[in-house]
Formats: sequence, C-alpha cells, structure tokens
Amino acid sequence: MRRETTILAGAVAVLAAALFTAGAVRAADTADTKTGGIGPTIKIFKGDKCVRPTEDMRRNHMKYILHHRDQTMHEGIRTTQYSLKNCVDCHADPKTNSVLGKDGFCSSCHQFAAVSIDCFSCHSPSPENSGQPQKAAETAPSRLMNLMRLSAENARPRGDYP
Amino acid sequence: MSLSRRQFIGIGGAAVAAMAAPGLRLIELANARSPAEAATSLQRWGLLVDISKCHDCDACVTACSTENGWYGHNRPASDPQWIRKVTLKDNQSGYVETLPVMCQHCEEPPCVDVCPTGASFKRADGIVLVDKHICIGCRYCMMACPYKARSFVHEDTTNQKPYAPRGKGTVESCTLCVQRVDAGRIPACVEACNKDGHEAMVFGDLNDKSSEISKRLASAPSTQLRPDLSLNTGVRYQGI
Repeated sequence: MRRETTILAGAVAVLAAALFTAGAVRAADTADTKTGGIGPTIKIFKGDKCVRPTEDMRRNHMKYILHHRDQTMHEGIRTTQYSLKNCVDCHADPKTNSVLGKDGFCSSCHQFAAVSIDCFSCHSPSPENSGQPQKAAETAPSRLMNLMRLSAENARPRGDYP
Repeated sequence: MSLSRRQFIGIGGAAVAAMAAPGLRLIELANARSPAEAATSLQRWGLLVDISKCHDCDACVTACSTENGWYGHNRPASDPQWIRKVTLKDNQSGYVETLPVMCQHCEEPPCVDVCPTGASFKRADGIVLVDKHICIGCRYCMMACPYKARSFVHEDTTNQKPYAPRGKGTVESCTLCVQRVDAGRIPACVEACNKDGHEAMVFGDLNDKSSEISKRLASAPSTQLRPDLSLNTGVRYQGI
C-alpha cells in the first residue's frame, strides 16, 4: 500500500513538472512574438522595453497618451515618453511602415479587443522620415461599413426622388 | 540686534534684485525651451512681412504645404489653404504688389470667442491653434475670422506628417509651425523666403525688445491688416 502511494505521488510530481515546463516554454514564446492561436499579433521591432512595464501599458496606455495629448496641444510640452509619435516610432512594422494593417501593432490588438481607435484618421501611422506608408489592408470595421453602405444603397427605392 | 526700518527695506530690496536677476536671464534663454517646459506668456511670437521685398513667387506657400502636409484637390473654393498670396493693385497707377496672408495670430482672436467647444484657443505664447481633438467642425471660426485664414478639411487625409496631424471634419490654419517654434526653429515660410534670398519675413518674439522683429517694428512704420478691429495681430506688414 505504502509503495503504491509513493508511485502515485511520483507520477503526479512528474506530470506537474512536465506541465510546468511546457507552460514556461509557452510563456517564453509569448514574451517575444506571438503568432497564431487566439489573441492578437504582437510584434516589437525596436527597443528592449516599453516606456512603462507591459502590464501597465496594456491597461493604461490610453490614459497616458490622452494626458500627454492635452499637455502637448495646449502647453507645448513635447517630451517623448508618452507621445503617440514615440509609440509609432518603435512599434511600426518596417515592412509596411505602419502600426496599422492586419498584423499592425495598434490595429491587431484593438481589433481583437473590439475597440475602434480614431487616432490614425488624423495622426500618421508611420514613423518620421520613413517614406510613405503602404496601403493598409482593409480592416474588419471598414469592410463592415462598406457592406452596410452597399446594402443601404440597394435598399433605397429608385426613381421616387423629387 | 534689531533692524531699523530703512535697513530692513534696503536688505529686502537687495534680496528682490538678487531673485529678479536670474529671472531676467531666464527670459533671454527662453528661446531654447526644454521639451518638458510649457510655453509661457514671457514670449509673444510674431511675424513681420516686408512687402517691398516680397516677390511674385509662392516659396512660402509651397514650404508651408510641404512642412505641414496639406494639399488641394483642384477645388479652389474648398481646398485647404494655410497661407495664400494676395495680389493688391492700385487701379489709378496700375502698381501691383503681392503679400502672403495667413492666420494673423491675434491677441484678441475672434475665432476663439465664437468657438462653442474651446477647440479654438490661444496658447500662452500667443500662437492661435485648433485642438482638433475637440473640434466639432461647426466652422463658426471660419466665419468669424476677418482674414479668411481658416480652412475646413472636406476630404479624407493621407500622408500626414507625424508632427502635423490633419483630419476630415475639422478646421485648420497656420500654426506658426508650432512644432518648429517649440524646438527653437523658425517657421517654414520664413526659412524658405530667407533661402531664396528675399528675406521679406522676420520671425521673432514681440515681447523681447532686443529681438530683430521688435527693432524693425520700432524703427519703421508698419501696419496690421484691418487695424480698425483692434485685434492686435501678431503678424505685421511693412510697405503696404
């Protein structure tokens, strides 16, 4: 009886160790680049670390850039730590010159979280002096808008305008 | 030991002078403000245009467009126009002169008075700007501006400059190249005019009596456009 218990405990320990190792390897994968599977594509192209710890940035980046935006616009404070330009400089994909597009740093995550951002309807999604951005792939929201517009046009009765 | 009233005032005066002296030095050095420092009312940025040196070219307009990334769509009535060349002709003598007209960066800007959201505002150093984050595109400011300096963005924008965001549905105008001014540089139009050798435009601090612009304004007659409106413009003209 005692022998059986020891074997069982040993098996559990081995299993736990195996699971832990697998988890650790997976965690190491996600820290660098994460592709495939559930979740957004996160690629980092420049710099060793962000201006704040990753966990903090994930939760609070919008507050930091909103606060900085007002300071820059109204007071002319142009520190780079929380500027949108600084985000773009580090996170733009060198291939597309942009943070937008299918695997773009900003758009892929916001699409996954179902949050629409309007920063880049005015701001440039490309770093300074990097040439023109490649045409970003059509994103899901814009496809949806197009479909809605098309169906609205089709639904409109023809010929009875004044 | 007790101080007499006279001694006390004397020491106090010396202390105030000692504190004020570094302050005066700060005003001098304020041109090269650090990025973390806010713009202050110690400066008032201005521009002087000498029409007698202004040639029939559009170097300033091109430079502005290149710097700030605005462009037209062949629709002159609605295309954005941060700076434009205006031609004046004396009908009696036939004498023609041209001058650049842009946002005049008024001390009392009518665009700021009429803005319902606070998007149109004057910065502490006198630069009049539009905060496009809170602009709702009502265009009251365009109607209020006596200089027709503001434009409405009717089209989707592409290829914006990272330091000059522009977007459909908002109003925009000359920013006096605020991104350059904050970095201690001069506006693109002034730089282009100097580069072509015309040197018709001078940029500087109107509050600093030793700046070139203040000296030029103090030594020769100059005028504001529509001085009857008493807006105290930051852009002045000579030789009209």
